[in-house]
This record gives sequence, C-alpha cells and structure tokens, in this order.
Amino acid sequence: MIPELGHFALALAVVIAAAQAVLPLIGAARRDAALMASAPSLAFGQFLALALAFGALLWSSVVSDFSVYNIAENSQSLKPLLYKITGVWGDHEGSILLWCLILALCGAAVGAFGRALPAAVRARVIGVLGATSAGFVLFSLTVSNPFVRLWPPPWEGQGMNPLLEDPGLAFHPPILYAGYVGFSIPFAFALAALIEGRVDAAWGRWVRPWALAAWAFLTGGIALGSWWSYYVLGWGGYWFWDPVENASLLPWLAGTALVHSAIVVEKRDALKIWTVLLAIGTFSLSLCGTFLVRSGILNSVHAFANDPARGVFILVLLALVIGTALALFAWRAPRLLPTGIFAPLSREGALVLNNILLCSIAAVVFTGTTYPLFAQLLAGAQISVGAPFFNAAVLPLAIPLFVVMVIGPMLSWKRAALAPALIRLWWVALAALAVGVFATFHTAIFPALGFAASVWLILGAFVDIIARIRLFRLPLATSLARLGGIPLAAWGGAIAHAGMGITVAGIAGMAIAEHRIVAIAAGETVDLGGYRWTLEDLRDAPGPNYSARLADIRVTRDGRVIAVMSPGRRSYPLQRTTTTETAIRTNLLRDLYAVLGEERDGKAVLRLHVNYLAPWIWLGALVMAAGGGLSLADRRLRIGAPLRRAAAPVVAA
Amino acid sequence: MKRKHRRLAIVLACGLGLGSAAALTLFAFRDNLVFFVTPSDLASRGHAGETLRLGGLVAAGSVQHATIDGQPAVRFRVTDGRSSVSVSYIGVLPDLFREGQGVVTLGTLAPDGGFVASEVLAKHDETYMPKDVVEALKKSGHWQPAAGPPPPAATWNTLPATRNGG
Repeated sequence: MIPELGHFALALAVVIAAAQAVLPLIGAARRDAALMASAPSLAFGQFLALALAFGALLWSSVVSDFSVYNIAENSQSLKPLLYKITGVWGDHEGSILLWCLILALCGAAVGAFGRALPAAVRARVIGVLGATSAGFVLFSLTVSNPFVRLWPPPWEGQGMNPLLEDPGLAFHPPILYAGYVGFSIPFAFALAALIEGRVDAAWGRWVRPWALAAWAFLTGGIALGSWWSYYVLGWGGYWFWDPVENASLLPWLAGTALVHSAIVVEKRDALKIWTVLLAIGTFSLSLCGTFLVRSGILNSVHAFANDPARGVFILVLLALVIGTALALFAWRAPRLLPTGIFAPLSREGALVLNNILLCSIAAVVFTGTTYPLFAQLLAGAQISVGAPFFNAAVLPLAIPLFVVMVIGPMLSWKRAALAPALIRLWWVALAALAVGVFATFHTAIFPALGFAASVWLILGAFVDIIARIRLFRLPLATSLARLGGIPLAAWGGAIAHAGMGITVAGIAGMAIAEHRIVAIAAGETVDLGGYRWTLEDLRDAPGPNYSARLADIRVTRDGRVIAVMSPGRRSYPLQRTTTTETAIRTNLLRDLYAVLGEERDGKAVLRLHVNYLAPWIWLGALVMAAGGGLSLADRRLRIGAPLRRAAAPVVAA
Repeated sequence: MKRKHRRLAIVLACGLGLGSAAALTLFAFRDNLVFFVTPSDLASRGHAGETLRLGGLVAAGSVQHATIDGQPAVRFRVTDGRSSVSVSYIGVLPDLFREGQGVVTLGTLAPDGGFVASEVLAKHDETYMPKDVVEALKKSGHWQPAAGPPPPAATWNTLPATRNGG
C-alpha cells in the first residue's frame, strides 16, 4: 500500500511540475498577476508530492519491504537502521528520486525566500525550475521507477554493496546533490533574464547567494567523497582523476568562476553575458556529471548501471535542457547590451583572469575526461587518461590562479595600480619564498612549490583585512575594534581563499608521504617515517553481517606508544565480497595509515603509510565551504535586504 | 584606452588562457595517454617501455606469491583465452581480485616479456565486468555479450577460441 502511495505521489509530482512549467511562464508573458502568483504554490505542491514519494520509499526500506524490487535488490533485514535509511539513495532509482526531491526543494526555496523578487522574475525562475523538474521526475517515473513491485517477494534482500555501508558515504550523496542541483537556481535565473531580455546589478545580487550556497554544498560534497575514497578504498590516495570525480570537479570549477563573475555583475554591472553563460554552463556540467556518469556512459568504478533505455532517455533529456538553454542564449543574449567599462588592471580585471584560468582548467579536465570516450567512438582506440595527464596539464594553470587569488582582492575596482598592492604583499611573498626554499632542501620541486603556494594563499588571504583594520598603525585595541566593522562577505572571501591554501598544503604534504609494503609475522617490527610499527597479533572478529580478520599494530616512536591500530578485512557472506578496513590515526599533522592485505605462510602483507598533512585537504575544503556560508550570512547579500535598507533611511529621517 | 582596445585586451587574455590550456593538453597527451592492450596484442607486437593498461581474466591456478626487491609481491597470468602474459605486482591486491575473474592492470612490459604492474584494479562487484575486460574477451572471440552471459570464469584460460585467426 505504502509503495503504491509513493508511486501515486511521484505521478502527481510530474503533473504539478508540468503545471509549474507552463502556468507561471504564461502568466509572466501576459502580465497576469493571478497566474504568476500560482508559481510558489505549485512549487510547494511539487515539493510536498516528492517528499511524500521519498517518504514512502524510506518507509519501505526501513520496514524491509522486499516486495519492492529496489529494496529487495539493495537491502537486507539485518542491515543497521542508519544504512536502511541512507541505502535509499545508495542505488540508481533512489538517488534519482533524491535528486528530483532536491530540485523541487530549490523551486520551493525560491518560492519561500524570493518574496522580494519582482513577480515576473520569480514566476519565470520557478517556471524554468518546474520545466526541468518535470523532465527528470518523468524519467524517475518511467524508466527509473523505485516503486516497482516484485512477485513473489523474496525472504531476504540481496544486500547493499558493503563499500557503501559507511557513515561518510551515507551523507555524501545528499550534500553533493544539494550542490549539483543548487546550481539549477542560477540556471533558472539566467534563463529568466534571457526571456526578460534584461540583466542588471540586481540580477547579480539575486543570483550570487544561490550560487554561493550551491558552491558551498558542492565543495563539502566533493571533500566528503574524497575523504571516503581515502579511508574506505584503502589505496592510500585521495583523488584518482576518475571520471566520476572529474564530473564533480567540473561544475565546481565552473561554479567557482560563476560565484566570482556574479560579483562583477553586482558591483560593476559588467560581464553580464558571460555570467549568464556561466550559469547555464555550470548547471549543464552538473547535469552531465550526475547523469552521464550514473548511466555508465563513462566507464568508471563508481558507475551504477548500464541500461540502454535509461541512457537514451537521459541523453534526450540532457540535450533538451542544455540545448534549449543554449538556443535561448544564442537568440536573446545579443539583446543584453554590454555596459560597464573597466581597465584590464583592476579588481574586475583580476576576476576576469580568475574566470579565464578556472575555465581553462575546466576545459583541460573536460578534455581529459571525455577524450577516451571520443577516441573509442571515432577511432575505435581504447585509451585511458590517468593522473599523470591531469597533473601535467592542471598544475601549470593552477599556479597563476593562486598568484591572482591573492593579488586580485588587493586591487581596487575600475582602475588600479599594481605597485601598491605588491608593496602590501611583500612580507607574504617573502614568507612563501622562505618556506619554498626551505622545502626544496628536503623535498622535490613540486611539493616545495605547493608549500610555498599554501603559505602565500593563507597569509595573503588576510592581508586585505589587516590593511582595513590598520594593524600596527593604530593602537592594537582600536585595530581589533575595527575587526567588527568588516563586512561578513569580506571575511567569507578571505576565509574561503585561506581554505584553498590549507587544501594545497595538504596536497603538498601528501606528495611527500612515505609508504612501505611489508610481509611480517606477529611479533615482527618494521620502521617507516621515524616510527616503529610492530605487528602484535592477527585475530578473527565477528560482526553483525560480516566476519572480520584484524591485525593489531602498535606504533611507537623513541619507545613511546603513539597509537595502536587494527586494520582489517571484512568478508560479507551474503554479497560474497570482502572489503578492506583501513586503520588511520591522525594528529592533524600526519596520518598513520595501515592496510591489511592477504596472509601467506603466517605472515601478513601490510601496506603502511605516513601521510603528512593529509587531513588538511578536507579541512581546507570545509573552511572553504564555511567561508561561502559566512558570505551568505552577510546582510547585504540576503534576498530582499536591499529593499528593507532602502526603506530604513526614510524612517530614520 | 578605448572600449575597442579593452575588448581586444580581454579577447587576447581569453585566447592566451585557452591557447595555453590547449597547448598544455596536447603536451600532456603526448606522454600520458595510456593505451589498452589485451594479452594477444602484447604477444603480437612489442610495447616495451610504454605504460599500458592490460586487461583480461586472471588465469585459474596461476597466482603465486613472490618476493621482489625484498618486498612482498604476487605473480599471476592474465589471459584473454588466446594468449596469456605473466604479470608481477608489488603491493596489496584489491578486495575483489580472484582467480578466473576480470582484472585490469596498469604497468609496463619488461624486456623478458613479463608485465610489471604498478596498479591492479579488479572488477567492482559480482555482476559487473570492466568494459576493458569485455573488450578483451570480445576481441579474442570468446564471448559475444549479445549471446548471453559469459561462460563460467574457471574455464577461461583453457577455453578454445571460437573464432580463428584475427
């Protein structure tokens, strides 16, 4: 009964989404206030219907209703409750439903928080979101239906892929999807502006918070995914330039460019056509990222399924959404007259350079990711493009980006001089140089470059704030008092840039990580990275739906016990698979990382790593996302705030 | 500076950015493209020194433990049903590595004709076979996916080819 209810709610959502796509747009075209006013209600209605459908699926999973095909395939009654809940989005059908739910949430959010928007803009934005939603909910209903029944129902489900039974991965999809789908709102704003034929500073002010929120979620989602692959896969790496990873990196790069170019639209009323194109491009990359990868078109270890019907539906849908948007752009963009002139050497100029570099990196990553696909289709050659390619092509573009990231915020709008900015940065440059030179004595050139870049980024991020509070030029107390006067958006920017520096430090640290593969018996000892690793015991340990083999390792340094860790291997009888359970002990400056391999002649094969600064990679991403959130909290960015402020002086006077 | 000049400056900057991106891409492609080969490909022509992806099935009964340069290693044969090649690998094998099942290895061909792998990827779950392995089997004429599921994995390395020549 409950699954049928969910099925019905899903069908209802398609109908409401179709109405949401048509009525508000007609209303906006005819200036019909009643039709335009229907937009938020329809958006709420669609969200409620999808929430009901999602709730029904969640219920079926929690009570282990194996008469639902999707649950029988991916769940089992012994699974812990947490994974029964999160397992709902662990498979293809459920994750598509979650995707649709978040898209509907975006429409409802514009309905709820967009009261201050002009009625026509709000109606068009919600209409575009409705049209997009209608397509994808229809996809879920027709070829990816999570509520299909199975008769007769099996006694026990097939169980979930044990790799996915992990708290990190449990919350990775919702956060990542919130990022991917969040970019639908800037996309809808871009299309609304194209239909309207007008982009102004107010448009930039409306778009930026949504783009920023989506960007913060995407940053967090990517970091969580990378962290998961680091501690679950046990390969000792954190980023493999796998198509799935690249698919999330591409919208992130484009979204980062969008967040920055929207500033120029807002402050200087320039770069409008470009920003509209970026908004379209970012969401298009998100769509391709989710669906091309999920449909298995790009070969990857993460791909879910290879179903031709789904593939064709998705390709047509993507072509429709992206094609319509680009056609609309080609048709209407020439009407958006360029305004706002600025010198190349200015804050705007630096932001343009940032956009060029980010988009160049995105282009390189895109080429590398799709090249094997085209090589196979066009030449029949089977080629793969791996990490060496991406490292060689991305690094040279990242370095100028890091340089501009620090200098850009020091320049003034419209027209700036380089010399004063450089003078204020001399001590940062000196510190970065000192660290870089010091590092070259100990490491190879690239990690040294990375450490220098991270010092440059972290210190450089706060030079502007230091200048604003006139630290050491005014009495310290006065300076600190001035800290409160700095707008949150400035803090957010500085913190996000520093976060990038922290991540770069982590990446550089990982580049000098040490590792060793050994085969030792219990009681034997090996040395690595200044630590002494002793294999104390090999033992069996039972679990709820698996049996495990654990190796107890004691790590000492100068006779002092640093850590006792137990890496292991679990075998899941139901799924007939084994998983590696990596053991990690961190003190934030380095990770001790141990993996248990197979056993032979009483000896255990162990892979031991000392990963310097590894946690900084994800910590930096969190700091970046927090910086985005802080910017978002700035009153000036909040939707409707300008209106209220415009009203305030009248009262005061 | 006139508007025209500014626009020219921006266009030039974009061109420079995309141009250098294209140059970097091409430059990196030259050294870092990795071609996929099957054991038959390796047998028919030499690829010494190149980095390659070798795909096929782990021949049943071929996995041996060894020690290379004092580190624990493993040797196994990768087969596509027509020919097979010996692979040596230092490190921990992935969870899903099994005899008779699909595997993709990244590495180089040593002068002695053995393949030295730096990475070993096993297939991701019980029902999914890496695309590269499917290609290798199709190429050697052992399996047409349209004709049904692959024959039992344990028989792969002894299976006669259904297609001659090629």
